[in-house]
Amino acid sequence: MMGMADPWITAVYLLCIAATVLCIGWGIVHWNREE
Amino acid sequence: MPLMTLTVILYIAAVAFLGYRGFKHTRSATDYMLGGRKIHPYVMAMSYGATFISTSAIVGFGGAAGVFGLGLLWLTFLNIFVGIFIAFVFFGGRTRRLGLRLDAHTFPELLGRRFQSRFIQGAVSALVFVFMPLYASAVLIGAGKYLAQQLGVPYEVALFTFSVIIALYVIMGGLKGVMYTDALQGTLMLLGMVILLVMTYVRMGGIITAHEALTQLADQVPARLAAGGHQGWTSMPAFGSPLWWTLVSTIVMGVGIGVLAQPQLAVRYMTVKHQKELDRAVPIGGFFILMMTGVAFVVGALCNVYFFQEEGQVALVAAGGDVERIIPMYLQGAMPAWFSVLFMLTLLSAAMSTLSSQFHTMGTSLGRDFYEEALGRKGHSEGGILATRAGVLIGIMIAVYLGYELERLFGRTGLAIVARGTALFFGLCAASFLPMYIGGLWTRRITRAGAITGMLVGAVASLLWMLFVKHEEATAFLLCERLFGVRTLGIKMVDGVEVFRSTGKIIWAYVDPMLIALPLSALTTWLVSLCTPRLSEDHVNRCLGTASPAKNQTTRNQGESS
Repeated sequence: MMGMADPWITAVYLLCIAATVLCIGWGIVHWNREE
Repeated sequence: MPLMTLTVILYIAAVAFLGYRGFKHTRSATDYMLGGRKIHPYVMAMSYGATFISTSAIVGFGGAAGVFGLGLLWLTFLNIFVGIFIAFVFFGGRTRRLGLRLDAHTFPELLGRRFQSRFIQGAVSALVFVFMPLYASAVLIGAGKYLAQQLGVPYEVALFTFSVIIALYVIMGGLKGVMYTDALQGTLMLLGMVILLVMTYVRMGGIITAHEALTQLADQVPARLAAGGHQGWTSMPAFGSPLWWTLVSTIVMGVGIGVLAQPQLAVRYMTVKHQKELDRAVPIGGFFILMMTGVAFVVGALCNVYFFQEEGQVALVAAGGDVERIIPMYLQGAMPAWFSVLFMLTLLSAAMSTLSSQFHTMGTSLGRDFYEEALGRKGHSEGGILATRAGVLIGIMIAVYLGYELERLFGRTGLAIVARGTALFFGLCAASFLPMYIGGLWTRRITRAGAITGMLVGAVASLLWMLFVKHEEATAFLLCERLFGVRTLGIKMVDGVEVFRSTGKIIWAYVDPMLIALPLSALTTWLVSLCTPRLSEDHVNRCLGTASPAKNQTTRNQGESS
């Protein structure tokens, strides 16, 4: 999948993107969070 | 070359301007050490990321991906998820609030005041000041050699000029000067890496096509790597093989977890005014790290496709066995001339942003934590800044001296030793500081004795494992060979042949010191905390903000008497 031989490599490639999306989502949701 | 020189002059002028702005806005110790606790989230996130990512992270680890393959992306995942998300969301807010409540200006001061212990503050600052110069000299040597090569000047001249420029804006501008310049440098790094990723995928016919071309090279793996467990650049190494242990325990876990307890990074949480600034820094930091390590590792692995198509050899063979030449050779051969100028700025920025923070942290450790607090010489410096500035100057002089001497005395071997010094610093910080840092932020039960014994056990176990068991480090430092006659205690001799000691799939000589020392340190901290007296209830309430304050005067008196 995605041209990789090992599904673990496909998984980590997608996990890196997912972790970045999580960071962006967190920033948007908590943009004006109060202390 | 004139374009290169003009670009460098413009870049230095911009850095000097931002350093001057930092100097103009620095009036107090809080300004000098914490940027006045009012840093913009973009500046904070870029400074955190640019400090974390040095030239060696791009060139060295990118080259390592040319050898190991895309398995290194596990480190990118940990860098984003642990180094940014967990760090900012869970550690950041608590560290900022604890720093405010205790009026702490540095990481050693934060831990020292949390446990009401001058010994902890002095010991943490001493560990930082003794081992960080090795880490700094590694970055300095890499940058000096690269600059000397690009600008055609002697290594000694490049190293001296480079150090003086950084010294000026760190000593004068303090953390504001460091973070303002970090933001510029981080932005340049981001620009360079985004363009590198796009141009590489376009050149290789798209994302899937590039990956498929890399997958098809699996039968080209050099025999020595295949014997170590290499199964191709789009596969993980064979489970339990020496390459698997090196990749998973040292590169992925060692650096991925070690980032949480880096003093120069932890102090960044205390530079912003509100929780929401930390929240706003999360997406910026996450994207930045993806574009730094993610791009370096993907491009590093794809270099194999380029070199095989152009020269019929994989990257490591084409680079003559020198891992650090893979990325520069790829850029020189595959990228247009204008990009090499931009990428030179990217690498220059990566080195300067990491070094400036290292110098600042060394200075605050020596001036603020050791001289003023641990030795009790508070009040001897004007505004609390003079001792720190002197500390920065001494730290820079030591790092520059190491940069000259290690390169002169050992050449390539010296580089191996300082690279090992970098690994040593990350592992040592995690094993020594992480248990008491986590305990200090989250638990009421951790005691001063628990924190101290955990720190000492972590430091000693980490150093012993590195000097006597871990394969590359024990071999480089030579101490094990002189004392026991073998390169590492992880090797036994069978019929005159070296055989690695193993238990099941665990090859002990390839296990990172942090995987041994961190659990030992955490266990010690917990066990000793169970059977030693707690810190006063009032002090813990004040630290964690979990109950209404009462009788604080008593707490203060208790703290001072201890």
